[in-house]
Amino acid sequence: MEKERHVLVVFPHPDDESFGVSGTIASHVNMGTPVTYACLTLGEMGRNMGNPPFATRETLPAIRTHELKEAVRVIGISDLRMLGYRDKTVEFEDPDKLTKQISEMIDELNPSLIISFYPGYSVHPDHEATGEAVVRAVGMLPEAKRPKLECIAFSNNTIEELGQPDIVHDISAVADTKLDAIRAHRSQTELMVAEMAVKLKEKDPQTLAWLNIERFWTYKF
Amino acid sequence: MDPVIVETVQEALDRFQNKEVYIHLETTNGAYASHKDEAFFSSGAYIRNAKVVYERAKITGNGPFRTGLKIPFGWVYAEGITHFEIDSKERLLLAGHDFQGKLAVALEISETPFE
Ligand SMILES: [Zn+2]
Repeated sequence: MEKERHVLVVFPHPDDESFGVSGTIASHVNMGTPVTYACLTLGEMGRNMGNPPFATRETLPAIRTHELKEAVRVIGISDLRMLGYRDKTVEFEDPDKLTKQISEMIDELNPSLIISFYPGYSVHPDHEATGEAVVRAVGMLPEAKRPKLECIAFSNNTIEELGQPDIVHDISAVADTKLDAIRAHRSQTELMVAEMAVKLKEKDPQTLAWLNIERFWTYKF
Repeated sequence: MDPVIVETVQEALDRFQNKEVYIHLETTNGAYASHKDEAFFSSGAYIRNAKVVYERAKITGNGPFRTGLKIPFGWVYAEGITHFEIDSKERLLLAGHDFQGKLAVALEISETPFE
């Protein structure tokens, strides 16, 4: 992994930073690279409430804010910015407003790498709208000044249309940090983590790959 | 939240009768349903802070429960209700959790707007 000047991570939901990317982020942190995480919403409309339910629709935002801060602490992210959008509504907001917010962060932080979702291949409408705004903001910069834009993609048509990821990181050195980050989002991950722990103990190859390998597609303008 | 106790919920519903109240009504099967199963038709809707006055309200069924609020020109309806809570702000929170414990439906009533 190359040493970066500054890494800017942009995702819409608390826990997006933990699944699929927290190993990569933690590796950057361990190299001494400052990381800023812009999290657009508080995941207010999440469906997991704990089983039996310990959260309600109305307590979920505060619970998830707390979980997000804990995950960010575990990963070692130094700068968390909660942008105050509402879960499931990002695509209905003024796209220029969000693009401008991201442009301003790029101006301020001068990141050499941005991590977000690949528009068209990230399933949730909030993911798509976030990725689109990041692409617009980066695309507005002159080509020579653009930071690298490495994206997560996981829709069922990803490999068919985008091909294999061009960036593959083995993050097994920080797998424990990643598991702790996922665990920090207890309201959303408790059940899943319990199932995962069993599979990891059995050394299930699919689960190990899911945990240890993080994959990115460089955005093609 | 606790499993629905019909009498307790009914009393709470009656307390809001003929008052201006704010409603949160939601149904969802999640944004990932069609991703996990392409044959599954994903749908959902929510309305937050709709202001209504209802003249009668009832929770009924053998569980999961159904709830209907009769408003001047129509109805507010939710089915699949399994849990309830009267929170510290005296709001009535009704929710239906599916077999995995995930929220599937919510109906909430408050005298002040939800944040
Ligand atoms: Zn997400």
